[in-house]
Amino acid sequence: MAADLEDRLKALMLRGQAGDAAAWRELLALLSVRLRMFFARRLDGGADVEDLVQETLLAVHRRRMTYDPAQPFTAWAHAIAKYKLIDHWRRNRTRKHEPLDDLADFLAAPETEAPETRGDLDRVLAHLPDRQQKLVRDVKLQGLSLAEAGARAGISEGAAKVALHRALKALTEFALKGRDDKERG
Amino acid sequence: MKTDDLIEALSLDVAPAAGVRPRLAGAAGAGAVVAFALVALWLGFRPDYPAAFGKPMFWMKAIYAALIALGGFWCVDQLARPAGSGRKGVTFVLVVFGLICLAALVRWFITPAEDRMPLLMGQSWRVCPRNILALSLPILAATLVVVRRLAPTRLVLAGAAAGLFSGGVAAVVYGLHCPESTMPFVAVWYSLGISAPVVIGAVLGPWALRWR
Repeated sequence: MAADLEDRLKALMLRGQAGDAAAWRELLALLSVRLRMFFARRLDGGADVEDLVQETLLAVHRRRMTYDPAQPFTAWAHAIAKYKLIDHWRRNRTRKHEPLDDLADFLAAPETEAPETRGDLDRVLAHLPDRQQKLVRDVKLQGLSLAEAGARAGISEGAAKVALHRALKALTEFALKGRDDKERG
Repeated sequence: MKTDDLIEALSLDVAPAAGVRPRLAGAAGAGAVVAFALVALWLGFRPDYPAAFGKPMFWMKAIYAALIALGGFWCVDQLARPAGSGRKGVTFVLVVFGLICLAALVRWFITPAEDRMPLLMGQSWRVCPRNILALSLPILAATLVVVRRLAPTRLVLAGAAAGLFSGGVAAVVYGLHCPESTMPFVAVWYSLGISAPVVIGAVLGPWALRWR
């Protein structure tokens, strides 16, 4: 079963690296389930679990080019999760002496059924100004080219590219800011 | 924000990003330009430049340094990735170092005893390691900046690998200045010069390469 899982995750990773959004969403969803168990087990179910899950997903996302297809995917993901956990402990100045090299444990996390229900895209996009929302929808959901989406918005292709990049960055920032606000509140 | 929403946001932004190797090559290129400028403006080219390009020993030095740089590149390429191991790259570098030591020893023993010390010390042994270190610093800085944006998880080793890589590239560039032409000199003083950024990289690694 572990081998099946490895093959499945690796296939998703390779498609995600190549720019397949659906595969990437599925991979992150599958990973989030496993990461939640991984961190919950090591943090005694503390409130930081979800933060660590999100930080790890973000690291997986931003550093996805460092995955080498010659290596097992689960070892790669496990190493990132472990790095994040140690970093978390270091920042909180707690020392735990737990075995961290239990890769099998990471692999064997029982699979909950389908990946989580999709987040509500409308709610996510609602964070953006209307113009940016429209641009993201046109390019990412309707599949328009940047030139076409730009023409609809009355801007050049280059301007559309820049605006889209900003919008996607802003979405991630909203995600993280929302979390920080929650922490403070 | 919920984790599902984060996933949703991230999956909109999946344009393929530049790979590890092009980034490292870019860092080496940028650093090497600065190192070249240091040779041109500070150290100066060797007196027989550019006729030196026709001399075998010029190329022996360049090949030795380039092979070390290649092994260093191999190490960084692996150690900049989670769970990466530099074992193969280090083995390669040790083999290359072993071969040049062998060549140096042969040259040493076929040389009459009274000529051996000049062979080893050349005219520039006092400055050679220092100069290679100086040339390696811009390359090391650029490499560390690039590796920090990748995902090293063993920071001391990754830093040392970055140092090895930059030392090798710096030694290639240094050949444009260095007038020495014996194997024993290269085996000892070049290798010493390349070791310096390895140590600096290892020391800086945990600080310079920590990513969030």
